Amino acid sequence: MNTFQIKEAPTVYDVAIVGSGAGGGMAAYQLTKAGAKVVLLEAGGYFDPADPKYITQLKWPYESPRRGAGTTRPFGDFDAAWGGWDIEGEPYTAAKGTEFFWFRSRMLGGRTNHWGRISLRFGPDDFKRRSLTGVGEDWPISYEDISPYYDAVDKLVGIFGSKEGIRNEPDGFFLPPPKPRLHELMLKKAATSIGIPVIPSRLSILTKPINKDRGQCFYCAQCGRACQAYADFSSSSVLCIPAMKTGNLSLINHAMVREVLTDPNTGLATGVSYVDTISMQEKTVRAKTVMLAASTCETARLLLNSKSSRFPNGLANSSGVIGKYLNDSTGASRSAFIPALMDRKRYNEDGVGGMHVFTPWWLDNKKLDFPRGYHIEYGGGMGMPGYGFGGGIENLNGRIPGRNGQKKAAGGYGAGLKDDYRRFYGAYIGMAGRGEPVPLESNYCEIDPNNVDKYGIPTLRFNYKWSDYEVKQAKHMQDTFEEIIHALGGIALGSKPGPESNHGYGLEAPGKIIHEVGTVRMGNDPKTSALNKYQQAHDVKNLFVVDAAAFPSQGDKNVTWTILASSWRTSEYLFDQVKKKNL
Amino acid sequence: MKRRDTLKAISLAGFGLAVEPVEAAVPAPPEKKPVIPGGRQPFEAERDAKLKAEKFFTPHELQTVTVLCDIIIPADERSGSASQAGVPAFIEFMMKDQPRNQTPMRGGIRWLDNKCVAMFGKPFVQCTKAQQIQIVDKIAYPEQASKDMTQGVSFFSMMRNFTAAGFFTSQIGIKDLGYVGNTPNDWQGVPDDVLKQYGLSY
Ligand SMILES: Cc1cc2nc3c(=O)[nH]c(=O)nc-3n(C[C@H](O)[C@H](O)[C@H](O)COP(=O)(O)OP(=O)(O)OC[C@H]3O[C@@H](n4cnc5c(N)ncnc54)[C@H](O)[C@@H]3O)c2cc1C
Repeated sequence: MNTFQIKEAPTVYDVAIVGSGAGGGMAAYQLTKAGAKVVLLEAGGYFDPADPKYITQLKWPYESPRRGAGTTRPFGDFDAAWGGWDIEGEPYTAAKGTEFFWFRSRMLGGRTNHWGRISLRFGPDDFKRRSLTGVGEDWPISYEDISPYYDAVDKLVGIFGSKEGIRNEPDGFFLPPPKPRLHELMLKKAATSIGIPVIPSRLSILTKPINKDRGQCFYCAQCGRACQAYADFSSSSVLCIPAMKTGNLSLINHAMVREVLTDPNTGLATGVSYVDTISMQEKTVRAKTVMLAASTCETARLLLNSKSSRFPNGLANSSGVIGKYLNDSTGASRSAFIPALMDRKRYNEDGVGGMHVFTPWWLDNKKLDFPRGYHIEYGGGMGMPGYGFGGGIENLNGRIPGRNGQKKAAGGYGAGLKDDYRRFYGAYIGMAGRGEPVPLESNYCEIDPNNVDKYGIPTLRFNYKWSDYEVKQAKHMQDTFEEIIHALGGIALGSKPGPESNHGYGLEAPGKIIHEVGTVRMGNDPKTSALNKYQQAHDVKNLFVVDAAAFPSQGDKNVTWTILASSWRTSEYLFDQVKKKNL
Repeated sequence: MKRRDTLKAISLAGFGLAVEPVEAAVPAPPEKKPVIPGGRQPFEAERDAKLKAEKFFTPHELQTVTVLCDIIIPADERSGSASQAGVPAFIEFMMKDQPRNQTPMRGGIRWLDNKCVAMFGKPFVQCTKAQQIQIVDKIAYPEQASKDMTQGVSFFSMMRNFTAAGFFTSQIGIKDLGYVGNTPNDWQGVPDDVLKQYGLSY
């Protein structure tokens, strides 16, 4: 028996899409609605947030023997991500002296089942950072090119927010935002008093119903577990499952794509080859067009692994740019204890999954010693207790006067300690800065010459170091956090991360913020970019990239809304090209 | 879906329903199919079942853990004790789930017993209540502890953290804390009396 006999399906699809996350889901939705026959290949298993087989929403911590600890799921036992920083049998490495953390979800919908739902448009300036600052890269498109698609995504997917009229934080078509929680009102008052704006957050959660297929938010704060009422955005529930209902989508789960196949004569893509991860059989599918949406680094890996005599550097890589300019958001954080919030009255303040308010970038980088901005995300409140509850109380309870007004020794035990936990519940806040890095050629992923995954596919090796730009930005974040804590009358927890802390000023390691972009960037010049402004490969006209690999930069805005908008734009372009018989 | 229907659907949806596995990487022997609880991946369900079947603590260790966690969170007028809330079983599970805990825990218990034998001639659980409190007082206050007690302080802090996490994530602890969420509702903002209390408004 020859297990290496490759099974080829006889159908030639109009489009083969690799990956079912934000980018792949949107392309599958748009193309099947428009009547194309699409095959969607997804390395992970099937997932439907409404199927009791998969539901973790509304479970209690004691329904988990580890009370929700993150042993097998990095964001906890109830989180809807199958996968994480490390996936057995799918390793990656980093070159000496550099590092990168790579979060992958292997399931229908990819990382959008458990993402934070923070849905920010890039602003006009975010598309032309090089022109404005001299460092980084401009996009080959402007805000005007993409804004109709942002509008359309707002309406199709649903998002709440408020019209603010801030120039580089464009407003959209918003559902009403939830009212701030108590600590959020306090934060708003405190931050505003020192000139830092706090506005309603913008999350893709339905505070009002938008159609008959999806329910409305019922305020359990658990979007990260994926919503069984489809009241938030997951690519699985909002895009992939509806696309299947058109009858035009063939979904193949457990299909780990190995490479994009090309015709040696024409140089055009003819389909993809994949491993069935259950049977371990090698298979191929044929398609007239191939769209990659396996996520930024995985898409680069696929192209670099798709080598042939015609494409010796990997497919669509005559520029040599694939893998380069990898960049992730910066992140730094600080938490605090707010004595005014001790001994709070109890009520249900779960709210939506995530913050109800945030701080958009409010300063002018021309007056600062770093070239890019950041936004601030806030946490806190009387949330559902989980693993880690009350941890480290010995660092705090010696600093807080007891009910009798007297301070006591830190730590302790017994009835007094038990009472401290009750008193402190809901009195903590957290702040996290999320900033824009400067994309650098020297930050890249490449095929590791020495390693393969369990399917025999060569793996990635990362090379990533923060530059001084990001370190200075993190320093600014830390100073800002302390100012806000001070204005709030809070007690900052832990010591202030200084220059000597890991990466400097508490700057998270590259990859940790999970907004990686840039590895197959688009541009007008085929010598310095792999894709044109429609995310079509310069070298292979029937090959498209519809995830964030295409983005030359990322703003200080989380990237997913832009993935959705640009994938829609590319899908429309593809359809138009087919109609015009250019493809 | 109408809002009311959503709420209804939610309350009817399976909580921990046992369902057949979606797929098994290796076909299971036909006589004993593993049961995958809702929301678990097959490998997680198998791992949990395996860990639950294993034992980490010796009876003596488990007894020590039980005494310690009830010293940390005793019953009071409002709620039961840590052991009544099932904390020892939770700690036992965490030792197997995250093996890095094993040495500090097992070694910590040994450290404690050794100190007790030196001071009182008996391991911790066999000491009188007063003796137990005497040693606990030496390790429960990190800023006051003497130099020869620092390892005990680390051990006790670990016990305190495990006990609090286990207690306040239990049914008893959640009720004690007054957490009233995790249920479908309609968030309309902070209640008026609370706004007034903090001098805030919308
Ligand atoms: C905890 C967390 C919070 C986040 N919060 C936010 C937020 O608030 N706002 C925001 O904008 N972004 C957020 N993100 C980031 C967001 O999830 C990603 O930007 C988004 O999911 C990327 O979409 P994608 O389509 O590129 O890839 P993914 O969603 O990662 O999907 C890629 C899919 O492709 C599949 N795949 C990969 N390789 C192959 C292959 N070789 N063959 C077949 N299939 C393959 C994967 O299994 C996966 O299903 C968050 C991420 C995480 C993890």
